Amino acid sequence: MVVLVLLGGIIVTLFVGALPAFQEFGVGFITSTEWDPVEGRERFGGFVAIFGTLISSLLAIIFAVPVAFGIAFFLTELAPLWLRRPVGTAIELLAAIPSIIYGMWGLFVLAPFVQLRIQLTFGDTLASLPLIGFLFDSVSFGGTNLFTASLVLAIMILPFIAATMRDVFEQVPPVYKESAYAVGATRWEVVRSVVLPYTRISVAGGVMLGLGRALGETMAVTFVIGNANRLPQSLFDPTNTIASVIAMEFPESLMGSLQQSALFALGFLLFVLSFLVLALSRWLLRPRLKV
Amino acid sequence: MSAAATALAPAKDLTVARALGRRRRRTDAAIRWLCIAATLVGLFFLASILVTLLWRGLPMLDWLTLTTEFQPTRYGDETLPRGGLSHAIVGSLMQVGLATLIGTPIGLLVGTYLAEYARDSAFGSAVRFVSDVLLSAPSILIGLFIYQLVVLPMGGFSGLAGALALAIIVIPVVVRTTEDMLQLIPNTLREAVIALGAPKWKMILLVCYRAALSGIITGVLLAVARIAGETAPLLLTSFGNNVMSTDLGRAMASLPIAIYQQANSGFPDLIQIAWTGALLVTLGVLAINIAARILLRRRH
Repeated sequence: MVVLVLLGGIIVTLFVGALPAFQEFGVGFITSTEWDPVEGRERFGGFVAIFGTLISSLLAIIFAVPVAFGIAFFLTELAPLWLRRPVGTAIELLAAIPSIIYGMWGLFVLAPFVQLRIQLTFGDTLASLPLIGFLFDSVSFGGTNLFTASLVLAIMILPFIAATMRDVFEQVPPVYKESAYAVGATRWEVVRSVVLPYTRISVAGGVMLGLGRALGETMAVTFVIGNANRLPQSLFDPTNTIASVIAMEFPESLMGSLQQSALFALGFLLFVLSFLVLALSRWLLRPRLKV
Repeated sequence: MSAAATALAPAKDLTVARALGRRRRRTDAAIRWLCIAATLVGLFFLASILVTLLWRGLPMLDWLTLTTEFQPTRYGDETLPRGGLSHAIVGSLMQVGLATLIGTPIGLLVGTYLAEYARDSAFGSAVRFVSDVLLSAPSILIGLFIYQLVVLPMGGFSGLAGALALAIIVIPVVVRTTEDMLQLIPNTLREAVIALGAPKWKMILLVCYRAALSGIITGVLLAVARIAGETAPLLLTSFGNNVMSTDLGRAMASLPIAIYQQANSGFPDLIQIAWTGALLVTLGVLAINIAARILLRRRH
């Protein structure tokens, strides 16, 4: 019961805090890109942060899912038995590292790497590609940008997706796999035509779990996204996410100000968004959770 | 003509079959190497993070860092006193300790309720669902919640608010493990106790808890490991503090916040201390995690 009250309490308090901003700006709060906390001409619109949250999480999923699938495949079918436990544990430990550590590592190790080795080396070549060239064409060379943030997010959600995939792959009845092997299928064919069809709903649930995590991730993203209230024109532009705006601006905003209320409004939107994604994830994973 | 065709056909089928087989094996091998590469990529990131932490954090990991409070940057002037992390370590221990003390009993009760009293009820599954969502809910929103609920009425940031925010994160972790562990206990054990005439509360307290003890402790350990590195909610509740403070009614330092502030300070000597703090937090969290795993493995 306490738990139910907690969740209800969170929704209610976020909404109460957000009310002044919603009243002031209405629907425009979601679609406006203006964000001006200067006293006397306050205008707040959350579109940049909302867009940044969605796009960075989607990119993180795109980066993480193939790798997570590879790890799960390796751990369930390919690796020798003695190797499965230590490697599995190591990947799970990746989930235990606090997000602030990812943030520091991202800022001091990954961001310079992205800046020097990727953007400066390949940036011009990639930018001259037809059609997708604009993705890499950026005038900012800080290293802290959308691409770095998505990369850090991808590493952070990797263990969650990989662990879910491994667990559901292991639940495929051995008879199914053995009969496929018996007609001469290779390991890849077994996974593609037996394991994946059998587990595809749960795999989608695992991906949703990762997405839910990525949406609300705060500290790691705050370190590396560049914190600029601009819509990114390319992968290497700095931008913002809901969580990073709250972390950056809330501690220095005035108690009870319109800015604080606008941040609450963003928090409320983030809550609704991640609640929907996590609920969907749970619903998709439901058949597998009941062992 | 027809004789030649029948003689040729099997040979042609065989080459096609061989080519097909080669392609299938090649695909299989390619995928296999890609999967091995993916695993190596995952392991590489873990190694990279750990090596970076050790390399940049170890040089400053000494008694002085552990026992002195924050000092402003020396900015190249070696005669100025060097700062440390003692205020943050004390603050972290107090907030994490208090949060565990508050969150564990609540989580334990909810978990017990789910496993022993409401296993198949609709209300039970609603609670289970909400608890699972809370488990992955963005922690910064829990900070906003406590800010509105505790910080605003109290008129300022406080260590107590920080501990409450962390306690909310503890609850769903403990709920999940407690419920899972209690469900592993065979029903025959429960029936045996009930058959002896024991009331249900005695069965839970004396038999089920005892049987699930190591699992429940694992859950608490995992919860501690989870909140020890939490930064976002603390930013909005206990805010951080540059001097030693054990007053729960005022802003309080913590390791993650100290790391965050000093890493972004731009001064090399403060960034050094941030790395040392990061090393401390990570070693602590990983040690607790591994301890929890060993505890659990010994059981099964």
